[in-house]
Amino acid sequence: MTVIASQDIASTFQNIRDHALSRWQELWDGSKPIIMVSAATCGRSAGALEVLEAVKDELSRGQQDVQVMEVGCMGHCYAEPLVIIKKPGNPTVVYGYITPEKARRLVKDYIQGEDISPEFALGALEENELIPSIYDLPRFKHEKYILLENIGRIDPEDIDQYIAKGGYEALANALQMQPEDIIEEVRKSGLRGRGGAGFSTAQKWEVCRSSPGKIKYLICNADEGDPGAFMDRAILESDPHSVIEGMLIAAYTIGARHGYIYVRAEYPLAVHRAEIALEQAEGLGLLGKNILGSSFSFDIKPFQGSGAFVCGEETALIASLEGKPGLPHHRPPFPATSGLNGKPTVINNVKTLAYVPPIIRNGADWFASIGTEKSKGTAVFALAGKVVNTGLTEVPMGTTLRQIIFDVGGGIPKGRRFKAVQIGGPSGGCLPESALDMPIDFDSLKEVGAMMGSGGMVVLDEDDCMVEVARYFLEFTQRESCGKCTMCRLGTRQMLSMLEDFTCGRGQMQDLETLKELAEDVRIGSLCGLGRTSPNPVLTTMRYFRDEYKAHIEEKRCPALMCHDLIAYYILPEKCERSCDACVGTCTVEAISSNKQRVKVIDQAKCVKCGTCLTACPLQYNAVIKLSPPDKVPAAKG
Amino acid sequence: MKTVSLTIDGKAIKAPEGQKVLWAALDNGIYIPNLCAIRKASEPYAGCRLCFVEIEGRNGPVTSCTEPVAEGMVVNTQGPRSRRLARTALELLLASHPVDCAHCAKNRSCELQKLCSLLGVKLNTRRFRKLVHNLPIDSSCPNFTYNPNKCVLCSRCVWTCRERYGVGVLGFAHRGFDRVVTTFEDKPIAESGCRVCDECIEVCPVGALVFKDGRKGTPGCAEVKSKTATS
Ligand SMILES: Cc1cc2nc3c(=O)[nH]c(=O)nc-3n(C[C@H](O)[C@H](O)[C@H](O)COP(=O)(O)O)c2cc1C
Ligand code: SF4
Ligand code: SF4
Ligand code: FES
Repeated sequence: MTVIASQDIASTFQNIRDHALSRWQELWDGSKPIIMVSAATCGRSAGALEVLEAVKDELSRGQQDVQVMEVGCMGHCYAEPLVIIKKPGNPTVVYGYITPEKARRLVKDYIQGEDISPEFALGALEENELIPSIYDLPRFKHEKYILLENIGRIDPEDIDQYIAKGGYEALANALQMQPEDIIEEVRKSGLRGRGGAGFSTAQKWEVCRSSPGKIKYLICNADEGDPGAFMDRAILESDPHSVIEGMLIAAYTIGARHGYIYVRAEYPLAVHRAEIALEQAEGLGLLGKNILGSSFSFDIKPFQGSGAFVCGEETALIASLEGKPGLPHHRPPFPATSGLNGKPTVINNVKTLAYVPPIIRNGADWFASIGTEKSKGTAVFALAGKVVNTGLTEVPMGTTLRQIIFDVGGGIPKGRRFKAVQIGGPSGGCLPESALDMPIDFDSLKEVGAMMGSGGMVVLDEDDCMVEVARYFLEFTQRESCGKCTMCRLGTRQMLSMLEDFTCGRGQMQDLETLKELAEDVRIGSLCGLGRTSPNPVLTTMRYFRDEYKAHIEEKRCPALMCHDLIAYYILPEKCERSCDACVGTCTVEAISSNKQRVKVIDQAKCVKCGTCLTACPLQYNAVIKLSPPDKVPAAKG
Repeated sequence: MKTVSLTIDGKAIKAPEGQKVLWAALDNGIYIPNLCAIRKASEPYAGCRLCFVEIEGRNGPVTSCTEPVAEGMVVNTQGPRSRRLARTALELLLASHPVDCAHCAKNRSCELQKLCSLLGVKLNTRRFRKLVHNLPIDSSCPNFTYNPNKCVLCSRCVWTCRERYGVGVLGFAHRGFDRVVTTFEDKPIAESGCRVCDECIEVCPVGALVFKDGRKGTPGCAEVKSKTATS
């Protein structure tokens, strides 16, 4: 591929950009108020579409000309649905926890009136006198947006908005560069793959580029099978062009003519948005034949995967793209030398590709200045579990877990105590309090037995049982094991069965040793990454929370009072308020009765441990408690 | 064809370039545990996880059925780490295998028995929990029976059947622990277009596919009967 007519590429792009900029200015600096509703999948499940309806309906009653826009996920999922309002002359304000009623009030009071409604505001996007800046929130001390920069700020279905924000400029630049120079730039940036393993992106591209053969492919891995992870979905839904532009640059660099976005079928909105984006890019000559007038041609097809977790593994993904069963095979050969249809293929994660345009636009040094020595740039996490601010966050590599969980995440709700954090989903590990101050990056996480994985981050508190957590994740992996290889098919099943026994109080101390040995062997001996990483939750919980395992086995006791078979509900007689009957009626199996003193007593033989009585007992009495082991319940008197 | 020199268990060996270590060893009288390797197959299946060896300069054990020979390579087939993995894989298979050798047509020609004696594992090993399937036995074909509960999912029958007829009668279904060799829509084999060529019975290393008349399949079927054996 030769670089032709640099000026032509530049001037073709200039025209596209001028048009986009003028449209953006008209919109953003115009006299119309703009109402943006954050309506990615997360927003929608919180009711964003109803909010959008309410906004439109309320507006239709007035005369005002208002621009209503659907934007993507801003990351503040805890406060969804989110609405952003820009009214000329006023600061742009983000409003959170918006219901349809609140949305109507915002329209009436603020759009049609003058009340900026600070009571609903999360913060303003600009410094001003009326509303505190959203950037004053403690999370922004640590957050740094590269991938999330545009997210929630632009309409993902309007390519001009992406272009106006600097989009496709990197492509225009790249097309005027030699592919080798792009690889060099990416190498200097230190970019490592965000699909989990952190492999050097430049090296992967280089291997593919220099592999013999004319036909090469590029695949964007948007399978995202890790339960609880949704950043790839958020990016595709909220800023699809960043991924497409990254794919274009990658394809140009490796010499690919065809590309695929492999999206799981459960992501219909992501597929829909990607399709619209592809169409619009093609319409502007940014995709398809002779892109921006150059000799480079590239097309992209979305492909909907079956949704099996293992199909995210690159060799299984390729098999599935080829129409075969999605089973992994041994590597080498690696896809970069022999991938789709046996041709050299680069397969990169959504985030990896989305980092490429900003790297080309801002330079490798800029990217390399963020992060740690060996892990450059930012990391995107989906915060979930026992944390106040659930949602997406993007922080420089090297940020500590404490900063992410307590400053960005706002800490543990209800004043509970932090216990552990599970990073990287079912392939990752469970880290204890002592790891909170560790700067996290690809390598530090590996050292402590976890991994970056897809970036799921589940926070656990004192009410979470670590044995149960290990069992939960292993149940997932053993269910998702493709079954091809012995270690994973049978090994994960055996591990699960031991963990089930522990949580039921049937475990033996020697099982603990067998479990550890087996976990090691499954880790080393499995065919693909699914099996190899499946023991991580087991190994890390055994390493950091061995006492909990011992309690389950030796004392049949669950310290977190979580394992159903190891607990009993008990009503403290001294706390039970005799005149109160709140629990009695709620028990579906009629296990609670009043004794002679009208103290309520649970018949343990009847109790199904549903916990309804505990919730029913009024807070001021708090008489119902859980005990473990169950035989701690004092024998009933009289 | 170019050959390379390597050492396996101290023995100097020449092998064709590109050949996998497993075949180089077997061809030179050195046995490496294996259940799923098929010499003729274009790609190693690498599912049984028994054929681990240790190679000098490598971090951990590697599967010999996937590892091409290389000049100067030094291979140890009996290293403690590779043997540990092979034993674990075998014990996992046995824990999910209804061990009933006395009543099994494969008794004495069964690969599991052979592997047990080689790796020093008891057939009724107790290290893991017994987790067996209880699927119906298919006796629909006149001359053989298929007992899916005994299958170790080595894929040889599936490969053989497909290799011979293009579209296989036998294939895999389900995932994880429920993965099973079966026919399209789980129909009896006799109603699925089976042409009774008997080849799958010949290649089955265990008592899953056995002749009704007690005839034995080819023991030590790592080679998998092939008309045109290549490297
Ligand atoms: C079981 C399993 C599931 C995976 N799922 C994904 C996934 O959903 N998305 C992804 O990008 N990579 C996934 N990977 C990693 C891919 O195999 C591959 O390494 C990655 O797509 C490479 O992209 P990168 O170089 O940009 O990281 C998975 C790996 C394994 C073993
Ligand atoms: S490790 Fe698990 S998912 Fe991977 S090939 Fe083996 S059985 Fe399949
Ligand atoms: S039936 Fe026999 S040959 Fe077929 S997969 Fe099972 S063990 Fe292998
Ligand atoms: S994994 Fe190598 S022979 Fe089965």
